[in-house]
Amino acid sequence: MANNNIGPKRLVVGAGYGMRDWLAQRVTAIMMVLYTAILLISFLTGQNFTYEGWAGLFAQQWFKLISAVTLFGLFYHAWVGVRDIWMDYVKAVGLRLTLQIATILWLVACAAWSVQILWSV
Amino acid sequence: MSEAVREAPKKERPEFRNIHVTELSNYRMPLAALVSILHRISGFMMFALLPFVLYLLEQSLRSEISFAYYQGIVSYPLVKLIILALVWGYMHHFCAGVRHLVMDAHIGLDKDSARKSSAAVLTVSLVLTAVVALKLFGVF
Repeated sequence: MANNNIGPKRLVVGAGYGMRDWLAQRVTAIMMVLYTAILLISFLTGQNFTYEGWAGLFAQQWFKLISAVTLFGLFYHAWVGVRDIWMDYVKAVGLRLTLQIATILWLVACAAWSVQILWSV
Repeated sequence: MSEAVREAPKKERPEFRNIHVTELSNYRMPLAALVSILHRISGFMMFALLPFVLYLLEQSLRSEISFAYYQGIVSYPLVKLIILALVWGYMHHFCAGVRHLVMDAHIGLDKDSARKSSAAVLTVSLVLTAVVALKLFGVF
């Protein structure tokens, strides 16, 4: 089996074979759990939803930073998950690579946009 | 009588191997499989809706006027229901993800506990969505 995977017959999966992405998906998941808990508790206990309160939360540097870190984690997490979906269902190599590249571009664009949003408050 | 029962043709049980998409409708998924495929569907749905969510975040933070505009849109019951569908997708993905993390620690891997934990995922995510729904419709 291993001998069939070299040269032009090498499997194209767009992934490493080790545990790096597996671990990254778990670590980013834990980051998002914590961030979700903060947002959910403040939503459920909040009484007066005003622009001042909302923008005031995002105006603080520490909140910008943890939001950015969580969002970057989310984008990495989404890359691992969506890549798994393409790897499972899309058998044609050319189409799969195209979809994987599109996914990366999509997520990088979202990351740039989220930085712009966070630091424009 | 008993012979007749014995001779009745046995109903053949369907055998599933690597099933095709078209066979999904006559395959009764175990609870854990249901949680698993919903985890994947909800994840992809949130991935596809990322620009929409970022757009809402941008508009809600841009100015007092755009904030008030979107606050107005969100006050429609239909919009609240759409938001609740998204919240359910998020909560399901969240709970199923926590179940994954627990199972990664080799806890609850046997068939019986896996079934129980998948039932718990479905229940807890629906309860959390219901709590958000109550808040969204102004009950507390």
